[in-house]
Order: sequence, then C-alpha cells, then structure tokens
Amino acid sequence: MTVTRGFHGRRRDSDARLPPGQHLTPDFPVLSAGPTPLVPRDDWELIVATEDGTRHGWTWAELMALPSEDVTVDIHCVTSWSKLDTDWRGVSLDTVLADVDTAADFAMVHSHGGYTTNLPLEDLLDGRAWIAYEYDGDELAPEHGGPARLLVPHLYLWKSAKWVREIELMLDDAPGFWEQLGYHDYGDPWREQRYQGD
Amino acid sequence: MNNESAADAAFDGNVMAGPLSEVFAVDITTAQGRCRGCGTTSVIATLRVYGPDPGLVGRCPGCDDVLVRIVRTPDAVWLDLAGLTSLRVAVPAGVAGVPASSGGDA
Repeated sequence: MTVTRGFHGRRRDSDARLPPGQHLTPDFPVLSAGPTPLVPRDDWELIVATEDGTRHGWTWAELMALPSEDVTVDIHCVTSWSKLDTDWRGVSLDTVLADVDTAADFAMVHSHGGYTTNLPLEDLLDGRAWIAYEYDGDELAPEHGGPARLLVPHLYLWKSAKWVREIELMLDDAPGFWEQLGYHDYGDPWREQRYQGD
Repeated sequence: MNNESAADAAFDGNVMAGPLSEVFAVDITTAQGRCRGCGTTSVIATLRVYGPDPGLVGRCPGCDDVLVRIVRTPDAVWLDLAGLTSLRVAVPAGVAGVPASSGGDA
C-alpha cells in the first residue's frame, strides 16, 4: 500500500514538472543532424566574439581554471521527451561573459560540425546557462556534445548546442540551423513554442 | 582539429521520399543533386541522412556538407535545398516545355 501511495506522490510531482505535450523518459536519447565531431581537448577552444569584432578565447585548461558549478536540472526536447533531475558540471555563462564588453541583445552559438542556434543574450545570463563538460559525474560523451556543450535547460534542448566552439554576440537576431526551417526562435517548453507561430 | 567519428548516418536518402512526395509531383529520391561544396553529383537516395527528428538532414557522400533539410511541422513541410547547385530530375522523353506547334518564335 505504501508503494502505491509513494508512486502516486512521485507521479504528481513529475507531472507538475512536465511542460505541456511532453512525456518522461529514463533514457538520454541522441538526436544528431550530422556526424559526431571528435574534438581533442588539447585543440579545444571557446571563442566569444562581440559585435565590434573583438574575440575572447579560452583554451580547455583556461576553462577548467574557471570556477565550476554542479547543477541538477530538468531537460525538455522538442521531440516531446523530458528527463528530470539531470546532473551536470560546467562553467556559468555569467562567469564566461563577466569581462566581455558588449551592447548585443542576441547570441548565435556555433558548434563544431556547423550547427548553429540563436538565443537572446539575457537567456544566457543570471544563472540560467552553462558551458557543461560533465554529465552524471563523467566526462561529457561525444554523442551528448563532449568535450563541452551549451546547457540552457529553460529552453527546448535544441538550444543547448552540442560541441560548442563559439558564441557570437549580435545586435540583431538571426535564425540558427533549425530556426531557419520552421522551429521557433525562442523555444520555451512551458509555452510549447515548438514551431514558428506557436 | 575537427575529426569526424566513424559513426555513419542512420538512414539513406530513401527516408526522405515521404515528406518530399508532399511537395513534388515526381519521386525526387531518384533525382541527381550536385553539391555546392565539393561538386559531387549524387542520387538523392544515396545521401547520408540524419534524423528523423527534429528534421531530416541529407548530407553529401563526398564531403558531408548539408544538401537537403526537411522539417515536417503539423501544417507545413519546410524544405532547404541551398546546399545543391542543381537538381536533375529525369522526365519521360518527348515531353518538352514548349509545344512543337508553337514554333517558339512568338
């Protein structure tokens, strides 16, 4: 009997954390738009390019020297699966962008392999986005975006670009890889912004 | 610096036949497309296709550049062919764009 009560209790909690149209999965599905890039950490670099052409760069060692955070977040894929309480370690974008002087309102995130996605810059700030390099206590696997990926869990997961290599800061918005082809520019799962016009 | 893994695409170009049939009157999977990046000409059915979600991405067998992207939303098909310089679609011989009787001199 206690099992039944416990089950219902967890279920209510899970339902409250599920955005509309989503279902829970215990797995971590891999969706790819191309071959998985294998980027050696010795060659890895993160670039932040501002609207005036200034480029700030961090090597892997320099990223590791920045203060890291352990975060536990729910993630929501536009293909309708959600996964609760995922554990990540990474560097907050607040830390990465702390000394970057910009008037930009938008960002285009570029990945190895050519993928891009666009976000408002404010969605990368205030403790809501990370450069993540560990998942569930292990190095982030290449199929999940390793060595490092963007993690922006309050938006659909296509915004959390795998294999991140550059954040281009822009005065004006522009559509990324999926946003050019019918997907929503912002992608808020709680407003079910899957496609343009949602 | 940016090595690709040995993992291959999940599908070939035949997986695009369904959504493409909603747009074109002929079977585009048998058409030949020329890659804007490397110039390789490929039958669409032989592309390396990733997906199907969030969309189908058909890549050049020669250079892996994106040739075709297809997204099926609830009420539309979104199609990107910008990676192709041309698409050759075979049609039955003898069917011309201008009828012979018009002479083409009007």
